[in-house]
Amino acid sequence: MRFRRSPAATADTDVAEPGRGIELRGVGHRYGDRVVLEGIDLQLTEPRVGVIGANGSGKSTFARLLNGLVLPTQGQVLVDGLDTRTQVRAVRRRVGFVFQDPDAQIVHPTVAEDVAYGLENQGVPPDERAARVAEALERYGLAGHADHPAHLLSGGQKQLLAIAGVLVMQPARVVFDEPTTLLDLVNARRVAELIAGLEQQVVVVTHHLDLLDGFDRVLVVDGGRVVEDAPPGPAVAAYRTLAERR
Amino acid sequence: MTLALYVPVASPVHRLPAGVKLLCLAALAVLLFARPTPAVAGAALVGTLVVGLGAARLPVAVLARQAWALRWFLLVLFVVHALTADVVSGAHTVLRLLTLVLAAAVVTATTRVSEMVRVVELLGAPLRLVGGRPERVGLLFAMALRFVPVLIERADRIRAAQAARGGAPRGLRALRTTVAPLLVQLLQMAHDVSEALDARGADDVPVRRPGGA
Ligand SMILES: Nc1ncnc2c1ncn2[C@@H]1O[C@H](COP(=O)(O)OP(=O)(O)O)[C@@H](O)[C@H]1O
Ligand SMILES: [Mg+2]
Repeated sequence: MRFRRSPAATADTDVAEPGRGIELRGVGHRYGDRVVLEGIDLQLTEPRVGVIGANGSGKSTFARLLNGLVLPTQGQVLVDGLDTRTQVRAVRRRVGFVFQDPDAQIVHPTVAEDVAYGLENQGVPPDERAARVAEALERYGLAGHADHPAHLLSGGQKQLLAIAGVLVMQPARVVFDEPTTLLDLVNARRVAELIAGLEQQVVVVTHHLDLLDGFDRVLVVDGGRVVEDAPPGPAVAAYRTLAERR
Repeated sequence: MTLALYVPVASPVHRLPAGVKLLCLAALAVLLFARPTPAVAGAALVGTLVVGLGAARLPVAVLARQAWALRWFLLVLFVVHALTADVVSGAHTVLRLLTLVLAAAVVTATTRVSEMVRVVELLGAPLRLVGGRPERVGLLFAMALRFVPVLIERADRIRAAQAARGGAPRGLRALRTTVAPLLVQLLQMAHDVSEALDARGADDVPVRRPGGA
Protein backbone atom coordinates (compact mmCIF):
# COMPACT_ATOMS: atom_id res chain seq x y z
CA MET A 1 0.00 0.00 0.00
CA ARG A 2 1.53 3.25 -1.11
CA PHE A 3 -0.57 5.78 0.65
CA ARG A 4 -2.00 5.60 4.09
CA ARG A 5 -5.36 7.20 4.66
CA SER A 6 -5.39 9.72 7.43
CA PRO A 7 -7.81 8.92 10.28
CA ALA A 8 -9.76 12.08 9.42
CA ALA A 9 -10.49 10.80 5.91
CA THR A 10 -11.99 7.60 7.31
CA ALA A 11 -14.14 9.54 9.74
CA ASP A 12 -15.52 11.58 6.83
CA THR A 13 -17.08 8.57 5.20
CA ASP A 14 -18.45 7.27 8.47
CA VAL A 15 -20.81 10.20 8.94
CA ALA A 16 -22.05 10.25 5.32
CA GLU A 17 -25.78 9.69 4.85
CA PRO A 18 -26.26 8.66 1.20
CA GLY A 19 -30.07 9.11 1.26
CA ARG A 20 -29.77 12.84 1.67
CA GLY A 21 -28.40 13.51 -1.81
CA ILE A 22 -27.15 17.00 -2.59
CA GLU A 23 -28.51 19.82 -0.46
CA LEU A 24 -28.11 23.54 -1.01
CA ARG A 25 -29.19 25.69 1.91
CA GLY A 26 -29.55 29.43 1.38
CA VAL A 27 -26.70 29.29 -1.11
CA GLY A 28 -25.28 32.36 -2.77
CA HIS A 29 -22.03 33.01 -4.55
CA ARG A 30 -20.19 36.17 -5.50
CA TYR A 31 -16.92 36.74 -7.31
CA GLY A 32 -15.56 39.87 -5.66
CA ASP A 33 -18.62 42.05 -5.26
CA ARG A 34 -20.33 40.56 -8.28
CA VAL A 35 -23.28 38.37 -7.25
CA VAL A 36 -23.43 35.31 -9.50
CA LEU A 37 -25.86 33.08 -7.58
CA GLU A 38 -28.29 33.84 -4.78
CA GLY A 39 -31.10 32.42 -2.71
CA ILE A 40 -30.79 28.78 -3.71
CA ASP A 41 -32.51 26.17 -1.56
CA LEU A 42 -32.68 22.73 -3.08
CA GLN A 43 -32.43 19.07 -2.26
CA LEU A 44 -31.39 16.95 -5.22
CA THR A 45 -32.08 13.25 -4.73
CA GLU A 46 -33.40 12.34 -8.18
CA PRO A 47 -31.15 10.12 -10.31
CA ARG A 48 -31.26 12.53 -13.31
CA VAL A 49 -31.10 16.28 -12.82
CA GLY A 50 -30.62 18.78 -15.66
CA VAL A 51 -29.56 22.43 -15.47
CA ILE A 52 -30.29 24.85 -18.32
CA GLY A 53 -30.03 28.60 -18.78
CA ALA A 54 -28.44 31.36 -20.83
CA ASN A 55 -24.68 31.91 -21.09
CA GLY A 56 -23.41 33.68 -18.00
CA SER A 57 -26.50 32.82 -15.94
CA GLY A 58 -24.41 30.98 -13.34
CA LYS A 59 -24.75 27.31 -14.39
CA SER A 60 -21.06 26.47 -14.20
CA THR A 61 -20.72 28.15 -10.84
CA PHE A 62 -23.73 26.14 -9.65
CA ALA A 63 -22.19 22.90 -10.94
CA ARG A 64 -18.84 23.65 -9.28
CA LEU A 65 -20.56 24.22 -5.95
CA LEU A 66 -21.71 20.60 -5.95
CA ASN A 67 -18.23 19.11 -5.54
CA GLY A 68 -16.52 21.95 -3.72
CA LEU A 69 -14.56 23.32 -6.69
CA VAL A 70 -16.33 26.55 -5.76
CA LEU A 71 -17.30 27.18 -2.15
CA PRO A 72 -20.47 29.16 -1.45
CA THR A 73 -19.89 32.67 -0.15
CA GLN A 74 -23.28 32.31 1.51
CA GLY A 75 -25.11 29.30 2.89
CA GLN A 76 -24.08 25.66 2.80
CA VAL A 77 -23.73 22.86 0.27
CA LEU A 78 -24.02 19.33 1.66
CA VAL A 79 -23.40 16.09 -0.22
CA ASP A 80 -24.75 13.07 1.62
CA GLY A 81 -24.64 15.28 4.68
CA LEU A 82 -20.98 16.26 4.15
CA ASP A 83 -20.28 19.98 4.03
CA THR A 84 -18.24 21.02 0.97
CA ARG A 85 -16.57 23.66 3.09
CA THR A 86 -15.20 21.39 5.81
CA GLN A 87 -15.03 17.97 4.12
CA VAL A 88 -14.10 18.80 0.59
CA ARG A 89 -11.93 15.71 0.05
CA ALA A 90 -14.68 13.33 1.06
CA VAL A 91 -17.14 15.29 -1.10
CA ARG A 92 -14.88 15.12 -4.16
CA ARG A 93 -14.49 11.38 -3.72
CA ARG A 94 -18.29 11.08 -3.95
CA VAL A 95 -18.90 13.61 -6.71
CA GLY A 96 -17.07 13.22 -10.02
CA PHE A 97 -16.87 16.20 -12.35
CA VAL A 98 -16.66 16.25 -16.15
CA PHE A 99 -15.78 19.54 -17.81
CA GLN A 100 -16.70 20.94 -21.20
CA ASP A 101 -13.20 20.87 -22.67
CA PRO A 102 -11.54 17.45 -22.46
CA ASP A 103 -8.16 18.95 -23.35
CA ALA A 104 -8.03 20.66 -19.99
CA GLN A 105 -8.79 17.54 -17.98
CA ILE A 106 -6.53 14.99 -19.64
CA VAL A 107 -3.27 15.44 -17.75
CA HIS A 108 -1.21 12.44 -18.82
CA PRO A 109 0.26 12.00 -22.29
CA THR A 110 -1.21 8.59 -23.01
CA VAL A 111 -4.72 7.16 -22.66
CA ALA A 112 -4.30 4.39 -20.06
CA GLU A 113 -2.02 6.51 -17.92
CA ASP A 114 -4.56 9.28 -17.79
CA VAL A 115 -7.36 6.95 -16.72
CA ALA A 116 -5.09 5.63 -13.97
CA TYR A 117 -4.37 9.09 -12.61
CA GLY A 118 -7.35 9.44 -10.26
CA LEU A 119 -6.86 5.91 -8.95
CA GLU A 120 -3.26 6.72 -8.08
CA ASN A 121 -4.52 9.68 -6.11
CA GLN A 122 -6.87 7.39 -4.23
CA GLY A 123 -4.00 5.05 -3.42
CA VAL A 124 -5.48 2.09 -5.29
CA PRO A 125 -2.82 -0.66 -5.45
CA PRO A 126 -1.17 -1.19 -8.89
CA ASP A 127 -2.77 -4.57 -9.70
CA GLU A 128 -6.29 -3.41 -8.98
CA ARG A 129 -5.54 -0.14 -10.75
CA ALA A 130 -4.48 -1.91 -13.94
CA ALA A 131 -7.58 -4.09 -13.90
CA ARG A 132 -9.93 -1.16 -13.36
CA VAL A 133 -8.24 0.92 -16.05
CA ALA A 134 -8.51 -1.94 -18.55
CA GLU A 135 -12.18 -2.40 -17.70
CA ALA A 136 -12.91 1.32 -18.07
CA LEU A 137 -11.13 1.50 -21.45
CA GLU A 138 -13.13 -1.49 -22.63
CA ARG A 139 -16.43 -0.07 -21.42
CA TYR A 140 -15.94 3.35 -22.99
CA GLY A 141 -14.68 2.10 -26.34
CA LEU A 142 -11.03 3.01 -25.85
CA ALA A 143 -9.62 -0.49 -25.43
CA GLY A 144 -7.52 -0.33 -28.62
CA HIS A 145 -6.05 3.01 -27.62
CA ALA A 146 -4.43 2.27 -24.26
CA ASP A 147 -0.96 3.42 -25.30
CA HIS A 148 -2.01 6.09 -27.78
CA PRO A 149 -0.93 9.66 -27.22
CA ALA A 150 -3.99 11.55 -25.96
CA HIS A 151 -3.45 14.43 -28.37
CA LEU A 152 -3.97 12.14 -31.37
CA LEU A 153 -7.50 11.17 -30.30
CA SER A 154 -10.54 12.75 -31.96
CA GLY A 155 -12.62 15.28 -30.02
CA GLY A 156 -15.24 12.66 -29.23
CA GLN A 157 -12.64 10.14 -28.08
CA LYS A 158 -11.02 12.77 -25.89
CA GLN A 159 -14.31 13.45 -24.16
CA LEU A 160 -14.85 9.69 -23.67
CA LEU A 161 -11.37 9.51 -22.17
CA ALA A 162 -12.11 12.41 -19.84
CA ILE A 163 -15.33 10.70 -18.75
CA ALA A 164 -13.57 7.33 -18.30
CA GLY A 165 -10.98 9.04 -16.09
CA VAL A 166 -13.75 10.25 -13.80
CA LEU A 167 -15.98 7.16 -13.81
CA VAL A 168 -13.11 4.76 -13.11
CA MET A 169 -12.98 6.37 -9.67
CA GLN A 170 -16.53 5.11 -9.04
CA PRO A 171 -18.04 8.28 -7.62
CA ALA A 172 -21.60 7.96 -6.29
CA ARG A 173 -22.66 11.07 -8.21
CA VAL A 174 -21.34 12.75 -11.36
CA VAL A 175 -21.68 16.38 -12.43
CA PHE A 176 -21.28 17.18 -16.14
CA ASP A 177 -20.74 20.79 -17.25
CA GLU A 178 -21.74 21.01 -20.92
CA PRO A 179 -20.20 17.65 -21.83
CA THR A 180 -21.42 17.71 -25.44
CA THR A 181 -20.99 21.37 -26.36
CA LEU A 182 -17.74 20.83 -28.29
CA LEU A 183 -18.84 17.58 -29.96
CA ASP A 184 -20.44 16.78 -33.29
CA LEU A 185 -23.85 15.14 -33.40
CA VAL A 186 -22.59 11.55 -33.50
CA ASN A 187 -20.25 11.98 -30.55
CA ALA A 188 -22.79 14.05 -28.64
CA ARG A 189 -25.22 11.18 -28.97
CA ARG A 190 -22.64 8.66 -27.77
CA VAL A 191 -21.98 10.76 -24.70
CA ALA A 192 -25.73 11.20 -24.13
CA GLU A 193 -26.22 7.43 -24.28
CA LEU A 194 -23.31 6.91 -21.94
CA ILE A 195 -24.81 9.32 -19.44
CA ALA A 196 -28.24 7.70 -19.76
CA GLY A 197 -26.71 4.32 -18.92
CA LEU A 198 -24.97 5.40 -15.73
CA GLU A 199 -26.14 3.94 -12.46
CA GLN A 200 -24.91 7.00 -10.56
CA GLN A 201 -26.88 10.11 -9.76
CA VAL A 202 -26.16 12.56 -12.55
CA VAL A 203 -26.39 16.36 -12.72
CA VAL A 204 -25.95 17.70 -16.25
CA VAL A 205 -25.55 21.32 -17.31
CA THR A 206 -26.34 21.52 -21.02
CA HIS A 207 -27.50 23.51 -24.02
CA HIS A 208 -28.38 20.31 -25.83
CA LEU A 209 -31.97 20.05 -24.65
CA ASP A 210 -32.54 16.58 -26.08
CA LEU A 211 -29.96 15.33 -23.59
CA LEU A 212 -32.67 15.87 -20.97
CA ASP A 213 -35.12 13.31 -22.38
CA GLY A 214 -36.18 11.04 -19.57
CA PHE A 215 -34.66 13.24 -16.86
CA ASP A 216 -36.49 13.46 -13.53
CA ARG A 217 -35.99 17.12 -12.84
CA VAL A 218 -34.68 20.17 -14.70
CA LEU A 219 -33.60 23.47 -13.13
CA VAL A 220 -33.72 26.67 -15.17
CA VAL A 221 -31.14 29.20 -14.03
CA ASP A 222 -31.53 32.85 -14.90
CA GLY A 223 -29.57 35.78 -13.52
CA GLY A 224 -28.17 33.69 -10.69
CA ARG A 225 -31.50 32.30 -9.49
CA VAL A 226 -33.29 29.04 -10.06
CA VAL A 227 -36.43 30.36 -11.77
CA GLU A 228 -38.01 27.03 -12.70
CA ASP A 229 -37.77 23.58 -11.16
CA ALA A 230 -39.87 21.04 -13.03
CA PRO A 231 -39.85 17.94 -15.24
CA PRO A 232 -38.09 18.43 -18.61
CA GLY A 233 -41.22 19.38 -20.62
CA PRO A 234 -42.40 22.33 -18.56
CA ALA A 235 -38.85 23.39 -17.67
CA VAL A 236 -37.74 23.58 -21.30
CA ALA A 237 -40.94 25.48 -22.16
CA ALA A 238 -40.21 27.99 -19.41
CA TYR A 239 -36.65 28.36 -20.69
CA ARG A 240 -37.90 29.03 -24.23
CA THR A 241 -40.33 31.67 -22.97
CA LEU A 242 -37.49 33.32 -21.08
CA ALA A 243 -35.30 33.35 -24.17
CA GLU A 244 -38.06 34.85 -26.33
CA ARG A 245 -38.63 37.67 -23.89
CA ARG A 246 -35.02 38.78 -24.27
CA MET B 1 6.54 18.31 -33.11
CA THR B 2 8.78 15.36 -32.48
CA LEU B 3 8.06 13.96 -29.09
CA ALA B 4 9.05 10.36 -29.64
CA LEU B 5 6.37 8.75 -27.57
CA TYR B 6 5.97 5.16 -26.57
CA VAL B 7 5.76 2.63 -29.41
CA PRO B 8 4.05 -0.46 -28.03
CA VAL B 9 5.96 -3.60 -29.08
CA ALA B 10 6.57 -6.71 -26.97
CA SER B 11 10.37 -6.72 -26.93
CA PRO B 12 13.07 -7.38 -24.33
CA VAL B 13 14.13 -3.73 -24.58
CA HIS B 14 10.59 -2.63 -23.75
CA ARG B 15 10.60 -4.93 -20.74
CA LEU B 16 13.86 -3.55 -19.28
CA PRO B 17 13.22 -1.35 -16.23
CA ALA B 18 13.11 2.35 -17.12
CA GLY B 19 15.86 3.10 -14.62
CA VAL B 20 18.24 0.67 -16.34
CA LYS B 21 17.57 2.21 -19.75
CA LEU B 22 18.10 5.72 -18.44
CA LEU B 23 21.34 4.61 -16.77
CA CYS B 24 22.56 3.10 -20.07
CA LEU B 25 21.71 6.35 -21.82
CA ALA B 26 23.66 8.33 -19.24
CA ALA B 27 26.60 5.91 -19.53
CA LEU B 28 26.56 6.26 -23.30
CA ALA B 29 26.64 10.05 -23.03
CA VAL B 30 29.59 9.90 -20.66
CA LEU B 31 31.41 7.44 -22.93
CA LEU B 32 30.86 9.56 -26.03
CA PHE B 33 32.33 12.61 -24.40
CA ALA B 34 35.06 10.92 -22.34
CA ARG B 35 36.37 8.90 -25.31
CA PRO B 36 35.81 11.22 -28.27
CA THR B 37 37.15 8.99 -31.03
CA PRO B 38 35.32 8.31 -34.29
CA ALA B 39 35.65 4.57 -33.66
CA VAL B 40 33.76 4.82 -30.35
CA ALA B 41 31.10 7.08 -31.85
CA GLY B 42 30.70 4.80 -34.87
CA ALA B 43 30.40 1.71 -32.69
CA ALA B 44 27.89 3.51 -30.44
CA LEU B 45 25.75 4.48 -33.42
CA VAL B 46 25.76 0.93 -34.77
CA GLY B 47 24.98 -0.38 -31.29
CA THR B 48 22.08 2.07 -30.92
CA LEU B 49 20.62 1.04 -34.27
CA VAL B 50 20.99 -2.66 -33.48
CA VAL B 51 19.21 -2.19 -30.14
CA GLY B 52 16.53 0.14 -31.52
CA LEU B 53 15.69 -1.48 -34.84
CA GLY B 54 16.80 -5.03 -34.04
CA ALA B 55 16.13 -5.91 -30.42
CA ALA B 56 13.32 -3.38 -29.81
CA ARG B 57 11.83 -3.78 -33.32
CA LEU B 58 11.05 -0.06 -33.62
CA PRO B 59 9.94 1.17 -37.04
CA VAL B 60 12.77 2.92 -38.93
CA ALA B 61 10.47 5.96 -39.26
CA VAL B 62 10.50 6.55 -35.49
CA LEU B 63 14.27 7.06 -35.47
CA ALA B 64 14.40 8.72 -38.88
CA ARG B 65 11.94 11.36 -37.65
CA GLN B 66 14.27 12.28 -34.80
CA ALA B 67 17.29 12.60 -37.07
CA TRP B 68 15.29 14.57 -39.62
CA ALA B 69 14.04 17.01 -36.99
CA LEU B 70 17.64 17.85 -36.13
CA ARG B 71 18.88 18.17 -39.70
CA TRP B 72 19.43 21.94 -39.68
CA PHE B 73 21.01 21.95 -36.28
CA LEU B 74 23.39 19.15 -37.27
CA LEU B 75 24.18 20.86 -40.54
CA VAL B 76 25.06 24.15 -38.85
CA LEU B 77 27.13 22.27 -36.31
CA PHE B 78 28.98 20.53 -39.10
CA VAL B 79 29.65 23.74 -41.03
CA VAL B 80 30.87 25.60 -37.96
CA HIS B 81 33.24 22.78 -37.09
CA ALA B 82 34.40 22.41 -40.67
CA LEU B 83 35.23 26.11 -40.85
CA THR B 84 36.86 26.48 -37.42
CA ALA B 85 38.57 23.08 -37.26
CA ASP B 86 38.27 20.56 -40.08
CA VAL B 87 35.75 18.40 -41.85
CA VAL B 88 36.64 15.24 -39.93
CA SER B 89 36.05 16.85 -36.55
CA GLY B 90 32.77 18.27 -37.91
CA ALA B 91 31.60 14.85 -38.99
CA HIS B 92 32.68 13.36 -35.68
CA THR B 93 30.78 15.92 -33.62
CA VAL B 94 27.65 15.39 -35.69
CA LEU B 95 28.01 11.64 -35.34
CA ARG B 96 28.23 11.81 -31.55
CA LEU B 97 25.24 14.07 -31.20
CA LEU B 98 23.15 12.07 -33.64
CA THR B 99 23.98 8.87 -31.76
CA LEU B 100 22.91 10.37 -28.47
CA VAL B 101 19.64 11.70 -29.89
CA LEU B 102 18.81 8.34 -31.44
CA ALA B 103 19.67 6.52 -28.23
CA ALA B 104 17.37 8.88 -26.33
CA ALA B 105 14.65 8.22 -28.90
CA VAL B 106 15.08 4.46 -28.40
CA VAL B 107 14.66 4.90 -24.64
CA THR B 108 11.52 7.07 -24.92
CA ALA B 109 9.97 4.87 -27.61
CA THR B 110 10.43 1.73 -25.50
CA THR B 111 9.46 3.15 -22.12
CA ARG B 112 5.98 4.10 -20.95
CA VAL B 113 5.68 7.61 -19.62
CA SER B 114 4.34 6.21 -16.35
CA GLU B 115 7.58 4.23 -15.87
CA MET B 116 9.62 7.29 -16.69
CA VAL B 117 7.56 9.25 -14.20
CA ARG B 118 8.26 6.55 -11.60
CA VAL B 119 12.01 7.05 -12.10
CA VAL B 120 11.62 10.81 -11.83
CA GLU B 121 9.70 10.26 -8.59
CA LEU B 122 12.39 7.94 -7.33
CA LEU B 123 15.09 10.51 -8.07
CA GLY B 124 12.94 13.08 -6.32
CA ALA B 125 12.46 10.86 -3.27
CA PRO B 126 14.93 12.82 -1.11
CA LEU B 127 12.50 15.76 -1.42
CA ARG B 128 10.31 13.89 1.03
CA LEU B 129 12.88 14.49 3.76
CA VAL B 130 12.20 18.20 3.52
CA GLY B 131 8.43 17.78 3.24
CA GLY B 132 8.32 17.86 -0.57
CA ARG B 133 6.21 15.53 -2.71
CA PRO B 134 8.06 13.60 -5.41
CA GLU B 135 4.72 12.55 -6.97
CA ARG B 136 4.26 16.18 -7.86
CA VAL B 137 7.57 16.27 -9.72
CA GLY B 138 6.53 13.16 -11.64
CA LEU B 139 3.14 14.66 -12.48
CA LEU B 140 4.82 17.84 -13.68
CA PHE B 141 7.01 15.80 -16.00
CA ALA B 142 4.02 13.91 -17.42
CA MET B 143 1.98 17.08 -17.83
CA ALA B 144 4.80 18.76 -19.72
CA LEU B 145 4.72 15.89 -22.23
CA ARG B 146 0.94 16.06 -22.40
CA PHE B 147 0.57 19.80 -22.92
CA VAL B 148 3.35 20.56 -25.39
CA PRO B 149 1.27 19.15 -28.29
CA VAL B 150 -1.84 20.94 -26.95
CA LEU B 151 0.08 24.20 -26.90
CA ILE B 152 1.29 23.72 -30.46
CA GLU B 153 -2.21 22.89 -31.61
CA ARG B 154 -3.62 26.03 -29.97
CA ALA B 155 -0.92 28.16 -31.60
CA ASP B 156 -1.77 26.63 -34.99
CA ARG B 157 -5.44 27.36 -34.41
CA ILE B 158 -4.71 31.02 -33.62
CA ARG B 159 -2.59 31.33 -36.73
CA ALA B 160 -5.34 29.71 -38.81
CA ALA B 161 -7.95 32.06 -37.35
CA GLN B 162 -5.77 35.03 -38.23
CA ALA B 163 -5.12 33.72 -41.71
CA ALA B 164 -8.87 33.19 -42.23
CA ARG B 165 -9.35 36.91 -41.74
CA GLY B 166 -6.56 37.82 -44.12
CA GLY B 167 -3.74 38.15 -41.62
CA ALA B 168 -0.64 36.29 -42.67
CA PRO B 169 2.15 37.82 -40.62
CA ARG B 170 5.60 36.29 -40.93
CA GLY B 171 8.73 36.24 -38.84
CA LEU B 172 8.94 38.30 -35.69
CA ARG B 173 5.58 39.98 -36.19
CA ALA B 174 3.90 36.60 -36.46
CA LEU B 175 5.52 35.61 -33.20
CA ARG B 176 4.18 38.72 -31.52
CA THR B 177 0.63 38.44 -32.83
CA THR B 178 0.43 34.75 -31.94
CA VAL B 179 2.01 34.96 -28.52
CA ALA B 180 -0.42 37.44 -26.96
CA PRO B 181 -3.63 35.51 -27.70
CA LEU B 182 -1.85 32.23 -26.97
CA LEU B 183 -0.87 33.50 -23.54
CA VAL B 184 -4.46 34.48 -22.79
CA GLN B 185 -5.65 31.01 -23.80
CA LEU B 186 -2.93 29.32 -21.77
CA LEU B 187 -3.82 31.23 -18.62
CA GLN B 188 -7.44 30.21 -19.02
CA MET B 189 -6.38 26.64 -19.67
CA ALA B 190 -4.04 26.59 -16.67
CA HIS B 191 -7.02 27.56 -14.52
CA ASP B 192 -9.19 24.85 -16.08
CA VAL B 193 -6.47 22.23 -15.66
CA SER B 194 -5.99 23.11 -12.01
CA GLU B 195 -9.71 22.64 -11.45
CA ALA B 196 -9.60 19.30 -13.22
CA LEU B 197 -6.66 18.17 -11.07
CA ASP B 198 -8.64 19.13 -7.97
CA ALA B 199 -11.73 17.34 -9.21
CA ARG B 200 -9.71 14.18 -9.85
CA GLY B 201 -8.32 14.11 -6.36
CA ALA B 202 -4.87 15.66 -6.75
CA ASP B 203 -5.19 16.82 -3.17
CA ASP B 204 -6.69 13.59 -1.96
CA VAL B 205 -3.26 12.01 -1.59
CA PRO B 206 -2.57 12.13 2.12
CA VAL B 207 0.73 13.88 2.70
CA ARG B 208 3.39 11.47 3.94
CA ARG B 209 5.69 12.91 6.49
CA PRO B 210 9.25 11.72 7.09
CA GLY B 211 9.17 8.72 9.43
CA GLY B 212 5.82 7.66 8.00
CA ALA B 213 3.79 9.26 10.80
N1 LIG C 1 -13.68 32.99 -11.66
C1 LIG C 1 -14.53 33.99 -11.93
N2 LIG C 1 -14.27 35.26 -11.55
C2 LIG C 1 -15.11 36.27 -11.81
N3 LIG C 1 -16.27 36.13 -12.44
C3 LIG C 1 -16.61 34.90 -12.86
C4 LIG C 1 -15.75 33.76 -12.63
N4 LIG C 1 -16.36 32.68 -13.16
C5 LIG C 1 -17.51 33.11 -13.69
N5 LIG C 1 -17.67 34.43 -13.51
C6 LIG C 1 -18.83 35.25 -13.94
O1 LIG C 1 -19.97 34.72 -13.29
C7 LIG C 1 -21.07 34.69 -14.16
C8 LIG C 1 -21.63 33.29 -14.23
O2 LIG C 1 -20.67 32.47 -14.86
P1 LIG C 1 -20.89 30.91 -15.10
O3 LIG C 1 -21.25 30.28 -13.80
O4 LIG C 1 -19.70 30.41 -15.79
O5 LIG C 1 -22.15 30.92 -16.06
P2 LIG C 1 -22.60 29.89 -17.18
O6 LIG C 1 -21.90 28.60 -16.96
O7 LIG C 1 -24.08 29.80 -17.02
O8 LIG C 1 -22.24 30.51 -18.49
C9 LIG C 1 -20.59 35.20 -15.50
O9 LIG C 1 -21.00 36.52 -15.64
C10 LIG C 1 -19.10 35.09 -15.42
O10 LIG C 1 -18.49 36.10 -16.14
MG1 LIG D 1 -20.64 27.42 -18.18
